This record gives sequence, C-alpha cells and structure tokens, in this order.
Amino acid sequence: MDFTYSDEQQMLRDSVDRFGAERWNPAKRVRLLESGDAAQRWREMAELGWLMLPIAEADGGLGGGAIEVMAVAEGFGRHLIVDPWVTSCVLVPALLAGGGDAAGAVLAAIAAGEAKAAAGLIEPHMGYDIAEVALRAEQGPDGWRLTGEKLHVEDGADADWFVVSARTAGTPGERDGIGLFLLPRDAAGLTVERFRAVDHHRHARLRLDGVTGATAVGPVDHALPVIEAAVDRAIAAHLAEAVGSMEAATAATLDHLRTRQQFGVAIGTFQVLQHRMVDMTIACEEARAMAAYATLHLDAAPAERIRAVAAGKTRVGDCGLHVGQEAIQLHGGVGFSDELIVSHHFKRQLMLDQAHGPRHHHRNRFAAAA
Amino acid sequence: MNLSFDAADLAFRDEVREFFRDGIPENWRLRVQAGLRLDPAELIEYQRRLHARGWAAPTWPKEYGGTGWTPTQQYIFWSEASEAGAPPQFHQGLELIGPIIFTYGNAAQKERYLPGILTCDDWWCQGYSEPGAGSDLAALRTRAVRDGDDYVVNGQKMWTSYAHVASHVFLLARTSLEEKRQQGISLILAPMDTPGFRVAKIPTMDEKYHTNELFLDDARIPTANLVGEEGKGWGYGKVLLDRERMVTASTAIFLKQTVWAVREAARARRVGTRALIDTPDFAAQLAQFEIEVIALQTMVLRLITDAAGGVDSGPRGSMVKLRWSSLYQRGMLLWLEALGPEMAHFCAEDDATLPPDMPAVMQGMLYSRVTSIYGGSSEIQHNIVARRALGL
Ligand SMILES: Cc1cc2nc3c(=O)[nH]c(=O)nc-3n(C[C@H](O)[C@H](O)[C@H](O)COP(=O)(O)OP(=O)(O)OC[C@H]3O[C@@H](n4cnc5c(N)ncnc54)[C@H](O)[C@@H]3O)c2cc1C
Repeated sequence: MDFTYSDEQQMLRDSVDRFGAERWNPAKRVRLLESGDAAQRWREMAELGWLMLPIAEADGGLGGGAIEVMAVAEGFGRHLIVDPWVTSCVLVPALLAGGGDAAGAVLAAIAAGEAKAAAGLIEPHMGYDIAEVALRAEQGPDGWRLTGEKLHVEDGADADWFVVSARTAGTPGERDGIGLFLLPRDAAGLTVERFRAVDHHRHARLRLDGVTGATAVGPVDHALPVIEAAVDRAIAAHLAEAVGSMEAATAATLDHLRTRQQFGVAIGTFQVLQHRMVDMTIACEEARAMAAYATLHLDAAPAERIRAVAAGKTRVGDCGLHVGQEAIQLHGGVGFSDELIVSHHFKRQLMLDQAHGPRHHHRNRFAAAA
Repeated sequence: MNLSFDAADLAFRDEVREFFRDGIPENWRLRVQAGLRLDPAELIEYQRRLHARGWAAPTWPKEYGGTGWTPTQQYIFWSEASEAGAPPQFHQGLELIGPIIFTYGNAAQKERYLPGILTCDDWWCQGYSEPGAGSDLAALRTRAVRDGDDYVVNGQKMWTSYAHVASHVFLLARTSLEEKRQQGISLILAPMDTPGFRVAKIPTMDEKYHTNELFLDDARIPTANLVGEEGKGWGYGKVLLDRERMVTASTAIFLKQTVWAVREAARARRVGTRALIDTPDFAAQLAQFEIEVIALQTMVLRLITDAAGGVDSGPRGSMVKLRWSSLYQRGMLLWLEALGPEMAHFCAEDDATLPPDMPAVMQGMLYSRVTSIYGGSSEIQHNIVARRALGL
C-alpha cells in the first residue's frame, strides 16, 4: 500500500503550486477575478500540458491516470483556480473517450487548448439522479433532433462544445434508452443562458428546441454506465480539489490564530480555539483519506466504485463545509470580508458540495448501492 | 404557568394584525425571509409608517416617544410583524444609541436626537470596533483630545455598518490613558459630515454593501457631544451591548419566517414526481429545524415573561443569541439546498432567468455566517455564559 505521490506526480503537484502562487495570489484575487484574462491562463495551462494530461493518448492526450488528476486538482483547490479544468479536461474526456471521429477531434482541440467543453447532464425536477433524463433525441431526415432542457451545466458558460445526455427510448428514470450527444455552442435551436456562481465559476442552462447538428457519441441507448463512471471521475477530482482548498483554509486560519492579538495575547492561546483548530485539522486528514479512497476505487467494479465515490463525496462534503465555516468563524469579522481568502474557500466548498449532487444525495446513493 | 394571552392582549394583537394586514409590499417578502436588511430607503419608509401609527419605538418608555408597551405587547408586535412578512426595524439608532441617550444623555441631547431616531430623519451608525479591537473592545486606540470646546479625534473604526448611509455616528474614543484599559473611554456623538471623517467600503462575501471602515483624521467634535461623563463611556457601552443581545432575542421571533420560506421553497420544487417537501430526507430536516425554532421561541417567551416580572434574565440573552445565530445559519443552508443545482445560479448574464428566490437566499445564507461573529461572537457568548451563569 502507498499513499504517497510518485516523483513525477509530485512534480506535477509542484508545478500547479508554482502556477497558483504566481497567477492566483490571494491578495490579488478580487482584482484578478474582475480582470477576466481567462483565455491567456488557459493557453498557459495548455503549455504546461495540464489540459491534455487526463485525455487518452489515442485522443491526443497524455493518458494521465486518476492520481495525476488528483495531484493537479488538489492544486486547483489550494489556489482556488476557477478555470474549468475538471469539467473540460476530466469529465468531458471521460464521456467522449472512444466516441468516434467527431469526439476525437473535440478532444484533440481540448488537449491543445483550442476549445473548452462542458457536460449537460442535469435537468429540472431530476434531483441529482442522472438517469432521470427527459430531454428527447429523435432520428429525423437530417440526423438527430434534440428537444428539452439542461438545468445546470457545470462550467458551461464559456464552453465551445456541449456533451448532453438525451433519451433515445423509454421514460425518465429508466437506465436504458439514454444516449450521449456532442453539439457545438452555435448549434441551430440551442439557447445558452449563462450564470456566475458565488465561487466565480461560470455555468449555463441549455434550452434545446429541435437542435440539429448533434453527433451521437458512443453506444446510443446504453450510455448511462459511461456517464456514471465519468461523473465519478469528475467527483473524485472535485474531492481532491476540496481537500486542497480545506488545507489552504486551515493553514490560513492557523496563521491567523498565531498572529491575531486580542486581550493582549494571540487568540491561538484560547483553548476553545485550539480545539476547534484541531478539529479542522482532523477534518482535513479525514477528507484527504476519503479523497484517496474514492480515487483509488475509480477503476473498480461499478458497484464498488459507486460506494467508494459516494462515501467520499458524503464525508468530504461534510468536512469541507465544516472547515469553510470554521475558517470564517475563527477569523472573526475579517473572515467575512471579500479581501481575505477564507470566504472564497468557503464559497468553493459550498459549490463543490453541490456539484454532481450534495452530501445527502450521495449518502442515499451509497445506501442504494449496498 | 400559562401560554395564552388575556383579553387585552388579544385586542392588542388584532389591532397590530390590522396594521400589518396590507402594510408590507410584496417585493420585500423574499429578502425579509432571507434575513437580509432591506434597502435604507425601504427601512426609512417602514419606520415612518410605524411612527405615523405611534409605534416607532416599541421598547422605549412613553416619555421619550416610545410605546411604553409591556414585554408581552412587544412580543405580540414582533410576532405579528414576523407573521406579516415585515422586517425587524433597523436597530442601531432605536436600540443601541437611543436608550443610552435617554438614560445618560443631557436634556439638550435628548431633545436634539431622540425625535430624529423615531422619525428616521437621523440614521445612526455604531463606531465601536477597530482593526485591533474587536472582541477585545477595550483595546481601542482612537483618541479624542480636548482642545477648547472641541475634541480632536484621530483613529480608525472598522466594520461601521451603514456608515455610508448614516447621518450620525456614536463612537467610543479614548479621552485619557489609564492603567485600567476600560477607564478613559468616552462615548461621543458626531454628525457624519464632520470634516476629517472618511468612509471606505469593505467588500464582503455576500456581495452586498453594508459595512465600512471609518477614518477619523483631526476631526473636531464639540465637547457638548459627549454623552454622560468623560471616561465613563465603557460602562454605557456595556449596557448597550447587553441591549444588543436582547435585540437579538426579538430577532429570534422572526426566525419563523425562515421556516415558512424553506417550506414554501420545498413545496415549489419537484424531484421526479414528488415535491421536495414530500421526500423523507428533506421533510425530516425541515421538521428538525422547525422544532428547534419552536424551542427557541419558547425560550424567548420565558425571557420576556421574566422581563415583565422584573426578573433579571442574566446571561439568557446570550443563550438566545447563540441559538438564534446557529439556527438561522442552518435554516438558510436548508433553503439553499432546496434550490438544488440552481444554487449555483447566483447572478445571470444575457437574458437568463434566475430561480425565483435568487440571489436573496444565497446572500442571506452567506450573510448568516456573520451572525455568530458580530454583536459578540459565539465564543465570547459562551465565555459570558460560563462566567455569569456558571461562575467559571
Ligand atoms: C458585517 C459586520 C458588521 C459589523 N457591524 C459593526 C458595527 O456597525 N459597528 C461596530 O462597532 N462593529 C461592527 N462589527 C464588528 C463586530 O462586532 C466584530 O467583528 C466582532 O466583535 C468580532 O471582532 P473581530 O472581528 O475583531 O474578531 P476577533 O475578536 O479578532 O475574533 C477572532 C476569533 O477569535 C475568537 N475570540 C476572540 N476572543 C476570544 C476569547 N476571549 N475566547 C475565545 N475566543 C475568542 C472570536 O470568537 C473569533 O472566533 C461588524 C462586523 C461584521 C463582520
């Protein structure tokens, strides 16, 4: 057994840290978020090789595995990098892998930093159950026609391509009869509504009104297992991101307890705060263990993988929200300001917990997979 | 023991209910339920309506323009306001400095300042905290040095909420350097347009503008604006902080609004073929929240009955503040979770439409984090209960 990164993985981790320290300095964060030089950053990430890292070699990538993804995602969390790496470079490639020429071309573009893609899997009234697909795909004279709505496309606001799940047969909730389709942002009949979240990620809602020009990817009618496995990969990356963010928030808080003086002493001398700080540290330990646990089960048999990822998502969600809240509380008033990094960590934890289903959803998923 | 009201109370309740029946604009509702303060203009309008009805100051004695209501009447008033979707009144003039002025101020100060608080012609902000003095307020460093008939004030205040709206500030400043830090602190009133005052916005994580830094640079404030005795301001401040906790007790009555809001939101949202409220998970969480809100309401009722009977409630105000802030935080998180994936849709671009309760729920949820920090943090409240109730 081994819980350590290899030398190469460690180098990858260090490279994200260097990038984070240079490009995502907490003191400059608010200004950075307003400046919007995302395109430039994305190019830099392409040059560093991160964009192609998780993409299969056959699709023009480096074929990095789950641990490499973990090493990078952790750094994204530690420095709160908002660029849609997990979505575009982990989730979408897992959905598109082996999906034919059109899919391969999009993956090559992603790997080269020339395109971003996002996955539309969640619909209104779905909860977070990705089998509840109602959006219809029908064969017509000019190919597939897609009609319906995707309520929330994680990181979808600036995507050039969308991969959406659609029902080719059956009724919502059935596992069979779900296909995956690739469509360009400017597809006829597609409306993209854009939103910014509190963590400054940018999302979309899609309305598809007889969209044509979509390409079927992979096994039409039987895509659900592929989708589930891909989402689990994205979740595992998010867990690593959550751990990085928790550890950074915890470190900032420890620093604050050592330096902030009240009543003539550093507030870290108050036992009540020491114990709270200890609990935050334990939460980080636990979350790191659970993120590894989930990641190391990504290639296990589906039932085992689902339980591991669902367990990880549940525990890391709890720990992450706890740490985010405590980091603010122990900072006092400044924790609530936009200038300090801790409130940004809290907001990211909130959104990470929500992405692909919050704690309670995955607790149920864990129970159901027994 | 008895939980019911007598006939006079019931008649009073009907009167209050009547007032609120169509007094609250619909567009206030969401923000009020989310625990957000309304815009200053709206709060001023609300205060003016109350004033016109003679209800500007529910907790003040009659001689200063208050209602002279019994604690039971106050409870009824707040309950009805809560029920009607009305906000709590803006409290910094009304509950923080007003009572200090009528208790410790001189005749001229009472005459000058009290009416403006009731009508909301004056808006007060509280200049207590400083960068180095938060929980440890006695560490404040702002200096007020006598020069003829003026104090010359230098220093920096922090977290001065609504300083950008306020016409006046009440501030604590050091008028002499004593051994004991609490001595030599004075309470001074000043108009916000005093030369030498500068207000700078503090951006906060909820993306709403409510608080500021206040810089005081050779600001001349007439010594006539000193409240009570020089160097005794700390004592008044403590009375004031106690009151701030009691204000929180009244705010606790408004927590019912969060219960209703969460329920409404969960009814409106569907998961598969069911309403979210009918899913066992969510139903159980909401039930638990509501039960704890009932428990807190009943604690508040006890507190109010004691106040009516002249019993010192000791640190029970602190207990209420602790429970209130944690419940409010939990309720807002529950409401946010009811939004489902759309909780990520905080701010829309293009022609996108936000979910009906955004961004109020998210802002309210983020704002809720501060309720365990301001007005004496939860840790400080625990210390108070340990010391005052348990003698530890
Ligand atoms: C949005 C907002 C609005 C505000 N509005 C106003 C206003 O209008 N006017 C005004 O004067 N002030 C205002 N405040 C200031 C508020 O009262 C202070 O933030 C609060 O008193 C905490 O002080 P601090 O921020 O300096 O935190 P600190 O005192 O530095 O506390 C940091 C942490 O240490 C803990 N701690 C401190 N001392 C102890 C101890 N002895 N034992 C155990 N734990 C301890 C605290 O609980 C906290 O967790 C506002 C604050 C905020 C955030």
